[in-house]
Amino acid sequence: MDKPVNQGAWLLVLPVLLIVAFSAIVPLMTVVNYSVQDTFGNNQFFWNGIGWYQELLDPTTDLGGRFFDALWRNLLFSALILAIEVPLGIAVALSMPREGWRVAATLVVMALPLLIPWNVVGTIWQIFAREDIGLLGWAVNRLGIPYNYTADPLSAWVTIIAMDVWHWTSLVALLCYAGLRSIPDAFYQAARIDGASRWAIFRNIQLPKMHRVLLIAVLLRFMDSFMIYTEPFVVTGGGPGNSTTFVSIDLVKLALGQFDLGKAAALSIVYNLIILAVCWVFYTVMTRMDSGRN
Amino acid sequence: MARIELQNLAHSYTAKPAGPKDYALKPMDHVWEQGGAYALLGPSGCGKTTLLNIISGLLVPSEGRVLFDGRDVTEQPTEARNIAQVFQFPVVYDTMTVYENLAFPLRNRGLRGPAVDARVREIAALLDLTPDLNRRGRGLTADAKQKISLGRGLVRPDVAAILFDEPLTVIDPHLKWELRSKLKALHRALDLTMIYVTHDQTEALTFADTVVVMHDGAVVQIGRPDELFERPAHTFVGHFIGSPGMNLLPAEVAGRRAVVGGHALTLARGYPHLNGGSRVEIGVRPEFATLAPAGAGLPVRVRRIDDLGRVRIAKVELAGLPLAATVPETLSVAGEEASLLFDPAMVHVYADGHLVEGELA
Repeated sequence: MDKPVNQGAWLLVLPVLLIVAFSAIVPLMTVVNYSVQDTFGNNQFFWNGIGWYQELLDPTTDLGGRFFDALWRNLLFSALILAIEVPLGIAVALSMPREGWRVAATLVVMALPLLIPWNVVGTIWQIFAREDIGLLGWAVNRLGIPYNYTADPLSAWVTIIAMDVWHWTSLVALLCYAGLRSIPDAFYQAARIDGASRWAIFRNIQLPKMHRVLLIAVLLRFMDSFMIYTEPFVVTGGGPGNSTTFVSIDLVKLALGQFDLGKAAALSIVYNLIILAVCWVFYTVMTRMDSGRN
Repeated sequence: MARIELQNLAHSYTAKPAGPKDYALKPMDHVWEQGGAYALLGPSGCGKTTLLNIISGLLVPSEGRVLFDGRDVTEQPTEARNIAQVFQFPVVYDTMTVYENLAFPLRNRGLRGPAVDARVREIAALLDLTPDLNRRGRGLTADAKQKISLGRGLVRPDVAAILFDEPLTVIDPHLKWELRSKLKALHRALDLTMIYVTHDQTEALTFADTVVVMHDGAVVQIGRPDELFERPAHTFVGHFIGSPGMNLLPAEVAGRRAVVGGHALTLARGYPHLNGGSRVEIGVRPEFATLAPAGAGLPVRVRRIDDLGRVRIAKVELAGLPLAATVPETLSVAGEEASLLFDPAMVHVYADGHLVEGELA
């Protein structure tokens, strides 16, 4: 049977295509255009081909060295964030109340950090962790542990990671909690009758039910932490030295500090492709694991 | 082996129950004998599941004691009792294979190696699950999942009683019958005490040797299916069991004489001691009330005749009171005028809902 063909449907898609074109494709193409040119003052442009890309991906050059340093920092940061926030989020979700007024109270408290603007989060921690007037920094130093995030790279990393954990663990916990809530009581009752231990219940009932939301949580937390800019910029500004300069911070320095639009554009494109590629890998691996269980 | 004894058992979900209304389960004493097949029958919300959860230990009763073979287990957790429970919605551990599902209760109890394997294969064979042993739990049909839930109960060598909480609710009708027969066969083969909760009278009457009828948190009658049918101890049982249910008519009873809507009838037994203050009704099942040509018995008006295939049921009115009665095959009803004949031995007298024993003298 022939399906009726109605080319008029394209007209209905047109508005979306136009909006996407002007909001995403055209600006992206501008960036692509910049990335193959060298720019000077007075809006002078010179064709540079793939020159910036070659320089960027060669760690021996100045630009490439900067980029790979920032990239490794970024990957380390994301890895640490996921390693802390995912197990912690699961643990928090498991200990959240299941009924009564405490549910609403807990949800509100948990959601609070998520509602705070990112630069405010940065400012809170910038002050909180100061060794002279910040409650945390002062207390830690008083305990005899040397801690100064403006001078010591380790302190700066600890501060930024603590801040991100404080800010985003709730998201993982809330997603896991939603997964946990979807488990009918009969599963827990059956597990008790089967004599399952706490660990067996977690391993065989709770974790499988949280699997899907965990996939989303890992993806969201990876993307966000890999693109992180505002909070570390406010707290450390990328320092001390370059120790907390992530790719996004370096990108802004390159584009707005040095006005190297060509280099910055090439970096943007590569940065973007890395995020897409890593997300694709995550997604594929986790959905494969999911279907492999069938 | 387990003989389950409930002593003065009651349960309330409120902390300080003020009156009978606050009790989900009103005080009761009952003994479930070893090896019996019991059905716990009653409408939704009558306390069946509460009672079941107390027996299995998922719930601690607010009053009374639960004894297994004379041993007080009231405060003991589920895992310390030799009991299994199958729920309304099948519980299958998705990430495990059918084999692992069946082995799970054994492994949780520290069993390992060939003992587990032998037991799992034995139970799988019993439930026709052998071909599926290596499949994942996910994606199986509801009846296969329910068989696995049941299998996890049967696999434990210590289990002496299995409790079923409306286990066939989500099963397709044509598989219900098959699964129920399977349960009966298992009961015969394994010498287990089985308690089967349902609100479906057909399920209860076909499964059980003894049916316990519950109403509003209390047990109203315990008996064999035929006893429930022929001598309902409470008007609720008369009404709930049977389709259509028992006819109940307000009546004045004195000795062997009952007056219903101005018409007198003679009872098989005498009732000299009826309390004047109570609400008196007579109850007779439609199966024991037959329609006859006008003039043969109590005059009634025929409203409608339903042909149920095997029998015809007439909806009639006796002095304005609605009744259901059987229409004999030989009788053809013309017009509205007819009369009704009761089987006197099957007419029961109820005072405030409870059966009153008559005197034969």
